[in-house]
Amino acid sequence: MHMRDAVNGIGGARAPEPDRATGDCRAATFRGLGLSIDGTPLVRDLNLTLDPTGITMIMGPNGAGKSLLLKLLHGLIAPSSGEVSWGGQPLSNELRRAQSMVFQKPVVLRRSVAANVDFVLKARGIRDASRRDALLAHVDLLEHAHQPARLLSGGEQQRLALARALATEPKVMLMDEPTASLDPASVLKIEEIVQDAQRRGTKILFVTHDLGQAERLADDIVFMHKGRLHEYGAAELFLSRPETEEARNFLQGRIVV
Amino acid sequence: MQDLGEAFRLALSLVLSGDADLVEIVSLSLRVSLTATGAACLIGLPLGALVAITRFRGRNAVLILVNALMGLPPVVVGLIVYLHLSRAGPLGFLGLLYTPTAMIIAQTILITPIIMALSRQVLEDLHAEYAEQFRSLVLSRRQQVAALIWDARFSLLTVGLAGFGRAVAEVGAVMIVGGNIDHLTRVMTTAIALETSRGDLALALGLGLVLMVIALGVNAMVQSLRMTAVRHAYA
Ligand SMILES: Nc1ncnc2c1ncn2[C@@H]1O[C@H](COP(=O)(O)OP(=O)(O)O)[C@@H](O)[C@H]1O
Ligand SMILES: [Mg+2]
Repeated sequence: MHMRDAVNGIGGARAPEPDRATGDCRAATFRGLGLSIDGTPLVRDLNLTLDPTGITMIMGPNGAGKSLLLKLLHGLIAPSSGEVSWGGQPLSNELRRAQSMVFQKPVVLRRSVAANVDFVLKARGIRDASRRDALLAHVDLLEHAHQPARLLSGGEQQRLALARALATEPKVMLMDEPTASLDPASVLKIEEIVQDAQRRGTKILFVTHDLGQAERLADDIVFMHKGRLHEYGAAELFLSRPETEEARNFLQGRIVV
Repeated sequence: MQDLGEAFRLALSLVLSGDADLVEIVSLSLRVSLTATGAACLIGLPLGALVAITRFRGRNAVLILVNALMGLPPVVVGLIVYLHLSRAGPLGFLGLLYTPTAMIIAQTILITPIIMALSRQVLEDLHAEYAEQFRSLVLSRRQQVAALIWDARFSLLTVGLAGFGRAVAEVGAVMIVGGNIDHLTRVMTTAIALETSRGDLALALGLGLVLMVIALGVNAMVQSLRMTAVRHAYA
């Protein structure tokens, strides 16, 4: 765990104190949230308020609408109906700046590893090589700092994306299957970094369809199927006693169509 | 008409001895075409980037127009610039006709659409990959354009080289607006045309050799840029 000691203060919201006037900006609420593309409803009438702390995992079979939900929550796409708010505030650029998103296929700039992190820091008006190096050390990439980032392995690229996401000290991290195509060692490394960020007060929304991962990480679980929200509850409860037929089938690895 | 072998021998000696006329012509050529390439990049790159990352009404019409302008025949560009700069034209008072500036203007017009169209394509492809990340980071349009141009630097350099290659090799536009005046507006292509028709094959061949080396050099640079980009996975 040496890498954690080296970087005290990285990767977490520094002051996760809820602001009483506006509510906790780490708590997502969506009401009547729906999305249709070309007349096809893809996300239907979702209503929920998520816990402002811990790791919420979004689960469901392929095509359930998990990625779309994440993008709706982060404001990358606009809903066709309903609304998203964080701590009672409608989505804004200011709110989005307090969030980081990590995509399933990491977006890697055509620059060195270090320059990838510098880019995000600079976008926030920060030039700080020691902070960048601390971030890279935190994700075990410091020795690769000056290599072209696109030559990194898949797992390393995703850790770079994590370092970039943490660079802005987000209050919320939205992660869309960040470990989907990685080897087990890379998966564990990334899970460690995510749990560390959560402990420092960052709210984590994490899409996965890996049950083992859900058991390891989840505090609570949102289960989606065909664009609808079927269950939301504590992880142990959902994993041991799912309430809906769809969730039972999903957990037993049966194809749900 | 000189004997061809003799002409070639003379041409080589002109090139190798650094003949003053030849050097003057080559350097004017490079000055005009490099300046035009620089100007075309200053205009075409930001425009290409803007079109690449924005959606607006009439965007398709703009794309079609720019693509059509890429095929502008140099003589037509020369003619249009001539009509504007000639004494009777709207810009005649500037007295630019038959100056290197007129040639730079004509070549800039000729290759700006090329720079814009090619860079638009390069930047649009890259933007498709980066767009969500950029939106997540709440970047301004300026920051986005700057990042795209930097990350596409290798491809954009080859775009610039393509523009330069076209400018330095064209003869129609600079002939019309420059007039091929000795010691003033004579560049490689116009000199080759003139000297060939006058039967002075040595100078024509010498300039032809230099032009060919430049064209091959540009191609070699494009290739090595590509290879560098691929080696760093920056392509
Ligand atoms: N831009 C789009 N246009 C049309 N259909 C889309 C688009 N994005 C996603 N979909 C469809 O919406 C459904 C949910 O997608 P997604 O949220 O990516 O599923 P997942 O739960 O696997 O992440 C899928 O059937 C997908 O094909
Ligand atoms: Mg998905």
